[in-house]
Amino acid sequence: MLNDAGTRALIFQILLLSIVVFVGYFLFTNLQNNLDNRGISTGFAFFNEPAGFPILIHLIEYTDSGTYGRAFAVALINTFVISLIGIVLATIIGVIVGLARLSNNWLVARLATVYVETLRNLPLLLQMFFWYFAVLAALPAPGDSYELADFLLNKRGIYSPNPIFQDGFGVVVAGFILSIIASIALVVWAKKRQTKTGLWFPAYWSSLGLIIAITFLALIVSGFPIEFDIPQKSRFNVSGGMVLPPEFVAVLIALSTYTGAFIAEIVRAGILSVNWGQTEAARSLGLRDSLTQRLIVLPQALRVIIPPLTSQYLNLAKNSSLGAAIAYPELVSVVMGTTLNQTGQAIETIGLCMLVYGSLSLTISMFMNWYNKKMSLIER
Amino acid sequence: MKSNVGKLLSTAAIAATISTGAAAATLDDVKAKGFVQCGVSQGVPGFSNADSNGDWSGIDVDACRATAAAIFGDAQKVKFTPLSAKERFTALQSGEIDILARNTTWTYTRDASLGLDFTAVNFYDGQGFMVRKDLGVESAKDLDGATVCTEQGTTTELNMADFFRKNKLSYVPVVVQKADEALSAYSSGRCDVFTTDKSGLAAHRSKLADPSAHIILPETISKEPLGPVVRHGDNQWKDIVTWAMFVQVNAEEMGISSKNVEKIKTETIDPEIKRLLGAEGDMGAQLGLPASWAYDIIAKVGNYGEVFERNVGPSTPVGLPRGINNLWTEGGVMYAPPVR
Repeated sequence: MLNDAGTRALIFQILLLSIVVFVGYFLFTNLQNNLDNRGISTGFAFFNEPAGFPILIHLIEYTDSGTYGRAFAVALINTFVISLIGIVLATIIGVIVGLARLSNNWLVARLATVYVETLRNLPLLLQMFFWYFAVLAALPAPGDSYELADFLLNKRGIYSPNPIFQDGFGVVVAGFILSIIASIALVVWAKKRQTKTGLWFPAYWSSLGLIIAITFLALIVSGFPIEFDIPQKSRFNVSGGMVLPPEFVAVLIALSTYTGAFIAEIVRAGILSVNWGQTEAARSLGLRDSLTQRLIVLPQALRVIIPPLTSQYLNLAKNSSLGAAIAYPELVSVVMGTTLNQTGQAIETIGLCMLVYGSLSLTISMFMNWYNKKMSLIER
Repeated sequence: MKSNVGKLLSTAAIAATISTGAAAATLDDVKAKGFVQCGVSQGVPGFSNADSNGDWSGIDVDACRATAAAIFGDAQKVKFTPLSAKERFTALQSGEIDILARNTTWTYTRDASLGLDFTAVNFYDGQGFMVRKDLGVESAKDLDGATVCTEQGTTTELNMADFFRKNKLSYVPVVVQKADEALSAYSSGRCDVFTTDKSGLAAHRSKLADPSAHIILPETISKEPLGPVVRHGDNQWKDIVTWAMFVQVNAEEMGISSKNVEKIKTETIDPEIKRLLGAEGDMGAQLGLPASWAYDIIAKVGNYGEVFERNVGPSTPVGLPRGINNLWTEGGVMYAPPVR
């Protein structure tokens, strides 16, 4: 019986599984015992206790008297926001620079090469320090801010008027939503018509016009129900208005330019992977250059681009944790930094952070896999 | 067999932060390895700071040296582990270090729920604010609307929040992971105010380009008793670290210093001093230490007054007055139980 490959494999599987279970059990009980011996309390009860510490950037309501649970939520949102905006920006930068490297214009191509080689060869943390301590700190003090209309720019951030919505703003929101629904309908109709009759309709430009026109009309009808809270210089800082703190800006610039350099190479590789014959064939059919790119080259390039692009997105999301070093209050800073230190719950907080980064990465992965499948070659 | 498996697995258990080996008698472990592993800061002048040769000095460093002197009769048998504020407790809990002497504030939560024990207070501190002179601020109550820089993972964050809330002042917090970067953020003008313990403020101010352009505001917004910390549950070890500190305070009170300890030991007729210096009886044995333990501490490290003057006193760059850290007989609160 031992000579049977299937049985042997099964025995080894069982053996391995029991070792894994035993080690896991040992580690867990060992941890429990030691924590008990040392009188270290465990559990997530601290989540309901008041945190008592401030957080610089919070997109949901948060005060010093909020709970640790709320502080966790604030940090979580900060991590999500920086990752999402970073991914969008990095993709835009990457596509532009990647195309620029393939440009026939010598200067543009060389500049793009210099950008890629510089940015991707310097450590990200160093780049964050550079943006935070060298570039943004060189801006003027609040007293001598650069001013443009009601916008202020200084060391403490970018200040803009803060819109305060009055009664009747619902009309504008309704108008906006309505215009979006109308645009979607328009695009669907245009596509159908093109498939049926071959006639082309500029659906995207007309939808943009539609959205702006309807929203603006709603604004006029409801009598501009917005007031602005204008930032004013005060004794120490600028008060009022909305502020984009330098910590956020520095992390965002560093993350998106760094990852953008990698994405540029991926985009370049993807486009180069499409055989030149495809372009020639498209041209011989009489397609314009822009249409050749959009309809022939890009869809084929995307198949090569998407898998490594996913890795870059995952890297960006995880690299956002470096923001802790320059005071951006993301997950590592708030949960593994302050919360861990105030409560001493190392295992809980670190475990929680691992769980969050794990799920964030898996979510991005899942989305990109879905997109990859959608873009893959459909063989008939 | 079991112990081998245990060792192997506990190495793997580093992932779970706590290993099996470190629970028992720390003194035996320390004697076996031949040195004290001491957790210190990453550089706070006067408290724990490495010079260009990598030699550590400071009040906290001397707390570890005193313990090493008591055990080995040699103050140099110490190895240092620089730790950030947020790493420090985990390092101690996991047995990576034997003593944590890292300007750590003694608080209820830390003592009660972290599996740690505070020993004695080697410096009474309090949190304060540092601002640029040209702002014209004279009191912390004037700081409404200011941006405040501080290091992460300390009691400072909470005290700051409490102070501003209590006084109904608004502020913008900028919490940076490491003290040095918090200080750069302050010196680059990202913040109006830098806050930490007053001793730390004095130390950090000495690192700035133009120290005289910055002032420390008069308010002290918190009590910060700083002292060495050990793991909970090893009472003998806790007693050793505690009494190494008490001996230094008692020595100063009795007028014994590193300079005259040799002479006093041979000449004195005072039974209390004789007991302390091991000329009579064997007090050290009660702690598992040699009879000359207190003598060694005073001879190799000095009394508390010497330690203070050498590291943070008015003649040093940190330049702190003795103030509340004076002996109880001199108007301060330094008071040690008697050795008998």
